[in-house]
Amino acid sequence: MIRVVLPAHLRTLARVDGEVSLEVGDEVTQRTVLDALESRFPMLRGTMRDHVTQRRRPYVRFFACEEDLSNERPDAPLPPAVAGGIEPFLVVGAMAGG
Amino acid sequence: MSAVRLLVGTRKGAFVLSADGKRNEWKIDGPFFAGWEIYHMKGSPADPDRLYASQSSGWFGQLIQRSDDGGKTWEPMDNRFLYDGQAGTHTWYDGTPHPWEFARVWHLEPSRTDPDLVYAGVEDAALFRTRDGAKSWEELPALRKHPSGPSWQPGAGGLCLHTILLDPRDPERMYVAISAAGAFRSDDAGGSWRPINRGLKSNAIPHEEAEVGHCVHRIAMHPSAPDVLYMQKHWDVMRTTNGGESWTEVSGNLPTDFGFPIDVHTHEPQTIYVVPIKSDSEHFPPDGKLRVYRSRTGGDQWEALSNGLPQEHCYVNVLRDAMAVDALDSCGVYFGTTGGQVYASADAGDHWTAIVRDLPAVLSVEVQTLA
Repeated sequence: MIRVVLPAHLRTLARVDGEVSLEVGDEVTQRTVLDALESRFPMLRGTMRDHVTQRRRPYVRFFACEEDLSNERPDAPLPPAVAGGIEPFLVVGAMAGG
Repeated sequence: MSAVRLLVGTRKGAFVLSADGKRNEWKIDGPFFAGWEIYHMKGSPADPDRLYASQSSGWFGQLIQRSDDGGKTWEPMDNRFLYDGQAGTHTWYDGTPHPWEFARVWHLEPSRTDPDLVYAGVEDAALFRTRDGAKSWEELPALRKHPSGPSWQPGAGGLCLHTILLDPRDPERMYVAISAAGAFRSDDAGGSWRPINRGLKSNAIPHEEAEVGHCVHRIAMHPSAPDVLYMQKHWDVMRTTNGGESWTEVSGNLPTDFGFPIDVHTHEPQTIYVVPIKSDSEHFPPDGKLRVYRSRTGGDQWEALSNGLPQEHCYVNVLRDAMAVDALDSCGVYFGTTGGQVYASADAGDHWTAIVRDLPAVLSVEVQTLA
């Protein structure tokens, strides 16, 4: 199981408390994790990635294992600790606005 | 017993304010969608329990919420506002071509007869429609693809389609307004459009009487006289009596004719309201005195309404979608400010009271009159 932590606004929107656990196939990438997340919570579509381009929204960040993975390729494998369910994949609202 | 329900959108959430027909005591519910910008909420005239809300944030984009129980509970609906075909370009602030990019929904206009039919005005300027209660949205692309579209430039607030008026007499006729392109009319339910800006003069554009390029802030219509429209432009208050074929300035004795909202009394089609603002660079009332101005003659002759409104040190603004009128026998008038106050008058503007004073900046106010 992949562990995902959402920012507070998206937890409210998805009506979840705490972490989300997801079944993802053999390939554990940003794309497969976000696809699984949006499949389970359709109301999150468009809030993290653009509907058409599927690019990350500018003020959304992806962290894991104390690394900023926001600018990694969407199909790059996520760290083994995320794939193994040891560490969560963090969706973060960027610090912005002063 | 009659009642009213105010739908207030703010920079940091939505609020629902309700009262009985006396409008003396108010119940304030919210914030709903706390922390999100609520540009607009509006109820269906055909089903008052059906509400729609435009919810957005710079972080997480656009959402559309729907309530089927008068705002007690909400469900997120489809949020895909995809331009039809190649989006093309409009003109950027610096005069260069700029791709059309969806930013947010400014205004939701439900049909008068069908709760599932809603029009949405968006930034960058385009008109969308849902026919299934916001389960899906489609663009009505003829507006954006008007030959003048590539020349449209954003106003300071963005290239926004902020006003949608549906003619109650003719389901094929509708009006929209775009900052800073101007007003447009369709006579075939959005299949084609033409600019209706004859008579507007804007000295901030090279040709001050150009066919497009005017910063229209708001247009209002009375349902019993749908050929008569009232406009608050960037500067100037205007009136047309022929469905926009030509406009005449009716600023008359206003202390300043800059402003954002304009609305029409429910029972008096020639009684209109504006809130004069000092200037385009000083978005607050003249002399620090918050005054609504009322004309009972469709413009030109105006009277200041200040009873109950702050008359010193007031430097708030009233945004274009932040004024509404109810349909009770004694017409109620409401407006919200960027300072977070929502003011109400139960006697057509003669006396005002603050329903609430410390909300986040108010973006929009709509009112429902309930049986």
